Amino acid sequence: MSNRINTVLESKDNILSIYFTAGYPKLDDTMKVLVELERSGADMIEVGVPFSDPIADGPTIQHSNTVALDNGMSVQLLFDQLSGVRDKVSLPLIMMSSLNPIIQYGFEQFCQKCQEVGADGLIIPDLPVEEYISEYKDVVERYGLRNIILITPSSTDARIRLIDEHTDSFIYMVSSAATTGVNKNFSQDFEAFAKRLQAMNLKNPLVTGFGIKDKESFDQVTKFSKGGIIGSAFVKAVAEGDDAVASTAKFMREFA
Amino acid sequence: MKTSLNPDERGYYGSFGGAFIPEMMQANVAELQEKYLDIIGTQEFKDEFDVLLRDYVGRPSPLYLATRLSEKYETNVYLKREDLNHTGAHKINNSLGQIILAKKLGKKRIIAETGAGQHGVATATACALMGLECTVFMGELDVKRQAPNVGRMKMLGAQVVPVSSGSKTLKDATNEAMRYWIANPFDTHYIIGSVVGPHPYPDMVAKFQSVISEEIRKQLKEKTGSELPDVVIACVGGGSNATGAFYHFLEEEKVRLIAAEAAGKGLESGFTAAATFKGVSGILHGSKTLFMQTDDGQVVEPHSISAGLDYPGIGPALAHWFETGRVEYQAITDEDAMQSGLELCKLEGIIPAVESSHALAVLDKTKFGKDEHVVVNLSGRGDKDLETYLKYL
Ligand SMILES: Cc1ncc(COP(=O)(O)O)c(C=O)c1O
Repeated sequence: MSNRINTVLESKDNILSIYFTAGYPKLDDTMKVLVELERSGADMIEVGVPFSDPIADGPTIQHSNTVALDNGMSVQLLFDQLSGVRDKVSLPLIMMSSLNPIIQYGFEQFCQKCQEVGADGLIIPDLPVEEYISEYKDVVERYGLRNIILITPSSTDARIRLIDEHTDSFIYMVSSAATTGVNKNFSQDFEAFAKRLQAMNLKNPLVTGFGIKDKESFDQVTKFSKGGIIGSAFVKAVAEGDDAVASTAKFMREFA
Repeated sequence: MKTSLNPDERGYYGSFGGAFIPEMMQANVAELQEKYLDIIGTQEFKDEFDVLLRDYVGRPSPLYLATRLSEKYETNVYLKREDLNHTGAHKINNSLGQIILAKKLGKKRIIAETGAGQHGVATATACALMGLECTVFMGELDVKRQAPNVGRMKMLGAQVVPVSSGSKTLKDATNEAMRYWIANPFDTHYIIGSVVGPHPYPDMVAKFQSVISEEIRKQLKEKTGSELPDVVIACVGGGSNATGAFYHFLEEEKVRLIAAEAAGKGLESGFTAAATFKGVSGILHGSKTLFMQTDDGQVVEPHSISAGLDYPGIGPALAHWFETGRVEYQAITDEDAMQSGLELCKLEGIIPAVESSHALAVLDKTKFGKDEHVVVNLSGRGDKDLETYLKYL
């Protein structure tokens, strides 16, 4: 089944993927931010589903989750907001969520809704590959979605191979042993990890995330991978000023 | 459904458990999964653990026949005196077990979360004893309501990090400890304080706490001629003292096991921490278990007068034992717990932790036979709770 994620991966290098939290900074900013990201040159978008207790996120994204929930964001409301998104936005959309909100909504129902609104993939950081394969993979594939799994410098070769085997889009390469929002220069560790992965000849391309904050760090990771994902830095920027559209445009200018 | 005492190899007890963790935690958790049973099964480990439990903690903790309490409730009440352990609660059993394991794994730094501060104090103590660096995460609200324990941790050389996210209590301290472990994975072991978290934590902590029921069997045999009581009662926050007290009786079907959850201001008040009464299955802190949440899957902030029970969920084994009906659950309000705690002070001269008072309150809610032997696990002492008790005097 063709999927917008695969199409972008096949047609482009240096893919710029932006993460934002749905319903943040204001409840009805979701669609506005999506439209502006496409207009201003993003290649792929991760739509964050807020959760009260995310463990893989740093303080900036946690805070945005709390604000979005206080604004009244919910899984159902997010799908309502996204209905009709395909009339306005053609970029690949990946839903990023902790597992619990998806399970409570109903895993299959969630996937079905993704397909209905035109989302292309899932990132569920706390769903390990083994559980994915045994419980969820069939459902994800039935609705034409791509599941994207994280790897880190501490993942074993065997695990990376297992993830590669069960992936059909890209692998999310975590730049370092750290959560989101940890500011540091991309070190030799990252390069060593990238080289290790190159030597493994994986079938899926790699897109790097965690700690990318600007054009400079983006350029560094795209030397070694197919693209980069910006999360905390964008989430911080989008809330500066009262107009999420203007803030998005301002943040994206650097990448034009 | 059959009741399991131990998890399967993927860490499941029936439909609960597992290890739902981000890839960034995988290496550390996988190392534990692969090695914990081998390491804790060695004679060397057992010897080291036993000596510390005996000479440092002061085990076995007494099993005390509380005669005046027994008279009042017209049954035979035995108190398992975990409050007499060094550092004042059962938590030290687990902290010592895990720190010996951490040393064998070559770890240099320890992190922990704490609610009441008892687990934080126990872990800070174990770290001082072993010369390891210790960082304890504690919700801001708990830092205020358990101030004496914050002071103790600092004296013992631990760094206490106040957590200001979410409800500023135990669940948020647990999130923060996990985040820290993700960001600082090298040479660091996370000593979780209860039977929660990803596999193998629930089983590992259960095994370290199982000394409680192992001793009860021996002590009861000496006192009554039978190893088996009729009833065992324990309070449940995450469930570690209850699991320790139930462990060696779980497969003895004649023994009635009762878990006291914190009802807070009442089950229907919106201010409660009763996970089996108000919870739904979901994923929290790395395992599939019962916890309080909205229809949308957001964790509901719990409430209990007791910081150690102020947690929205319970461990996966306890969820499983609830599901199979092996363990009975009762919900005890703040008010009832406080009255039972004060009653123990006056009848027996023992000041219990507010957590343990929830277990004591079951005596007033349930009729036991004149000839029955009822063991209440007195999980900790109440020195840390004086301010709270004084308001109820
Ligand atoms: C004295 C005491 N009892 C009980 C608990 C609850 O924990 P658990 O359910 O893991 O025994 C605590 C936790 O801090 C405690 O300090």
